[in-house]
Amino acid sequence: MEILVCVKRVPDTSENEIELNGAGNDIDRDDLVYSVNEWDNYAVEEALQIVDKVGGSVTVISVGDDESEEVLRREMAMGADKGILLSDDAFENVDGRGIATILKAAVEKGNYDLIFTGAQADDGAAQVGGMLAAMLDVPFASLVNTIEVNGDKLKIGREIEGGNQEMYEIGLPCVLSIQTGINEPRYVGIRGIRKVASVEIPTLGAADLGLDAAALGASAARVQRTDYFLPEMGDGAEILEGSTEEIIDKLVELLKAKGGLK
Amino acid sequence: MEPALLSPAAYKFFHIPTALFALLIPLVGMCAFAYIMKRRIDPLLKAAPDNRFDRILVRLWTVAKIWLAQWRQPRYRMAGVIHIFIFAGFLVLSIRSTTLVIIGFWESFTFPGFNGALGHVYNVFKDYAATWVLIACVVAAIRRGIFRPERYAVPAHYGKDHTGEAVFVLALISTLMISESLFEATLAAAQIQQLQPAEFVAPGTLAWLFRNVLIDEPIAKLQSMHITAYFIHDLTFFFFLCFLPLGKHFHVITSLFNVFFMRLERGNVKPVKHGVSDDQLDDLESFGVKKFEDFTWKHMLDFYSCADCGRCSDNCPANAVKRPLSPRFISIKGRDYAFANYPLGGANVVKDDAYQLIGDIYSEDEIWSCTTCGACEQECPLGIEYIDKIVDLRRGMVDEGNVPQSLQKPLGALEKRGNPWGKMEKKRSEWVKEIAEEVPVKLFEKGATADTLYFVDSISSYDDRMQGIAQATARILSKAGIDFGILGKLEKDSGNEVRRFGEEMLFQDLKAQNTEAILEAGVKRIVTADPHAYNALRKDYENLPPVEHISELIRKEIESGRLPLTAANGDGKVYTYHDPCYLGRHNQLYEDPRRVLDAIPGLTRVEMSRSGDRSFCCGGGGLMLFYEPEEEQRMGVLRVDMAAKAGANMIVTACPFCLVNIEDAIKVAGLEGKMEAIDLCELVVQHLAA
Repeated sequence: MEILVCVKRVPDTSENEIELNGAGNDIDRDDLVYSVNEWDNYAVEEALQIVDKVGGSVTVISVGDDESEEVLRREMAMGADKGILLSDDAFENVDGRGIATILKAAVEKGNYDLIFTGAQADDGAAQVGGMLAAMLDVPFASLVNTIEVNGDKLKIGREIEGGNQEMYEIGLPCVLSIQTGINEPRYVGIRGIRKVASVEIPTLGAADLGLDAAALGASAARVQRTDYFLPEMGDGAEILEGSTEEIIDKLVELLKAKGGLK
Repeated sequence: MEPALLSPAAYKFFHIPTALFALLIPLVGMCAFAYIMKRRIDPLLKAAPDNRFDRILVRLWTVAKIWLAQWRQPRYRMAGVIHIFIFAGFLVLSIRSTTLVIIGFWESFTFPGFNGALGHVYNVFKDYAATWVLIACVVAAIRRGIFRPERYAVPAHYGKDHTGEAVFVLALISTLMISESLFEATLAAAQIQQLQPAEFVAPGTLAWLFRNVLIDEPIAKLQSMHITAYFIHDLTFFFFLCFLPLGKHFHVITSLFNVFFMRLERGNVKPVKHGVSDDQLDDLESFGVKKFEDFTWKHMLDFYSCADCGRCSDNCPANAVKRPLSPRFISIKGRDYAFANYPLGGANVVKDDAYQLIGDIYSEDEIWSCTTCGACEQECPLGIEYIDKIVDLRRGMVDEGNVPQSLQKPLGALEKRGNPWGKMEKKRSEWVKEIAEEVPVKLFEKGATADTLYFVDSISSYDDRMQGIAQATARILSKAGIDFGILGKLEKDSGNEVRRFGEEMLFQDLKAQNTEAILEAGVKRIVTADPHAYNALRKDYENLPPVEHISELIRKEIESGRLPLTAANGDGKVYTYHDPCYLGRHNQLYEDPRRVLDAIPGLTRVEMSRSGDRSFCCGGGGLMLFYEPEEEQRMGVLRVDMAAKAGANMIVTACPFCLVNIEDAIKVAGLEGKMEAIDLCELVVQHLAA
């Protein structure tokens, strides 16, 4: 099974304090630490576990700048066999559709049975996986939390509302967007990363992918960000006081009053 | 003159000289023993290297104290005293045993030097020895078989109970004592009957008792008893010799070596591989212990030496709260594994590469549960080590990516931000702002210089509550007129737990960054209020200026008069001091904090029964705060109960992690309002004279 996992380098929400910058049009990126998008990490782990069982190889790919190489290397330290960086000045500030276009070009240069993306990125819109599948004209399932390989078909589970589970059969090739919690990703330490420090990661630009630079980029974007702000703070939380019994009673009352309980 | 009885060397059994058996039995016994020992040594020859031949004089002293003088035995009084008697008896009787074996075929043999007066004195002494050994064995057997102290119990998932083996060995030893005494007594009785000069038999001894009982028996009976007793002794002796390496009594042979080779330092951690320096680490194929042969030979010797006494597990806080860790079984399982894979009859069992220790004999949680408190190593009378093994097993798991999810986040944060909470570097010195007006704190990150570095470490820098410790420490340093500064954003986590949780390379990274920052700051000494940092800086870092704990400094300043203290206000507060593991056991710093407390006039202080080197771990620090263990209770809650039992309502600690755990535990135990916890520095600040 040849699996391609799309990974993204994002500001780590748990290790940063996200604040608006001075101009009020973006977050302050001065002191940020970046790491691999959490969903993508789960996706890589899942790919590795599948390949462990049925054989094949895992390739990780990322659209980004030179710094994204660090994320590719980390996933290779985790066990991915190959890494590909898609980088070009023309790729700067593309929107989600632009990313999917770039990825599609790279997918077509290879021969992959299965493509994973994370269900969303910390700073994304949860759209690249679906768009990529549509562009490639292959089946797509989102929020996948369990995968079983059955020859050339997959049995997958999707997490839906209320903690319920939907099971599907999906044919290969396909694109799946992976939900966190699908597995327990293995740890990658400094040592692992050092071991792959000198492995080559080819970089492909617009020309290598046969893409028209003009068709990408900010001008071609059909979605533009117009504003960035912190929403107004509402009233604080209410802390219920009293004995456990009293608190329960008050809570039930409130839930009924606000329509949470019939 | 005819001898009163024929010796085994002279006797004939149906025309066959029994001297033949007396020669054959030792021969066969020694060969069997040699073969068994060879099989036992085999895995050690495949083991990882260990550096245990340094500081020979200190090692000899350790042998004298811990092995010969049985220094740790009386920590469990009854068992300790019984054991000391048996051990001393064995040492005394070793000469007699050797002599006995040889006189079976060489009648006139005497042990070199024991011909004359010394021999007679020895004979008296050995009679008493044999007697007290027998009495000790009987008491021990009753204790093991009937009273069954808790710590010997074997939880079901670890297998069958071990009492049978214990009582069996006591029976063997008793047989040796009885047969030896009978051998002597029969000869003495016969000599008296024949009015010949008899060897003096010390009154009140077993041999004396037997002689008096047998004094009127017919010579023929005495003769056959004499020979029978001899061969029972001979056979039992060599059977016992060969039995020793088969179970927990291997320690009889290995203890001398295990104590000689035991660790001499506390609080430090073995390198990933002895002989491989830090900068060569990148070249190693594999880190840590993944298969049995990855253990060092000393660690394998530890497995062999375990006497199954259960003292380690009895003092293990993880075991007390029913985490899946019992140090005793780390050793027993390791030993049984060695026996099974290097069997006496047959070839070594070859495992395929996929085989790992974790998952087969040890579970992941078992290994992650350890807080590295050191109580087990403190207690073990045989010098068995656990912390290094646990660290090595963790290194192996980390190398394979097998790290619990709860620890991956803080490890990632440590890598990116230098602290386990992932907070920003520039906020590391925020705590100084609150006290800036009264206590100016110099920041080396801004280019300031000072004599002393106050190494704050992560928790005291970032945690809202623990910043109180940092602020109190700064106040004290300032009041004592000490010129100090902090590294601020240049400081990274000291990495004490990072290393002990097996992430060696991340530790090396933190160490390199901290060392550079410290040396850049050009300070002459370092002081810290965090025992984990204290331990790391002293034991794991190199080439740093001298490191002190704040309690040492406070004591000096109080004694020199630079820190005058006001009196306690007698408001019914009873204080007890909780020894942090990394200050107490690992760094032997027990006195200074107590002196500081006692310097506060009128302060009422009590000791918990578990104090000093028997202190009970609060739950662990550093990364252990993030680990989610399976346990029935929190260690902190047990500790708080101990404080209450001692009559205290104030627990004083000298470690931010202890404070976190104990304050939490007070709430969990429902003792809010009845028990309070406070840091030593905070208490001192409360009593600083204006």
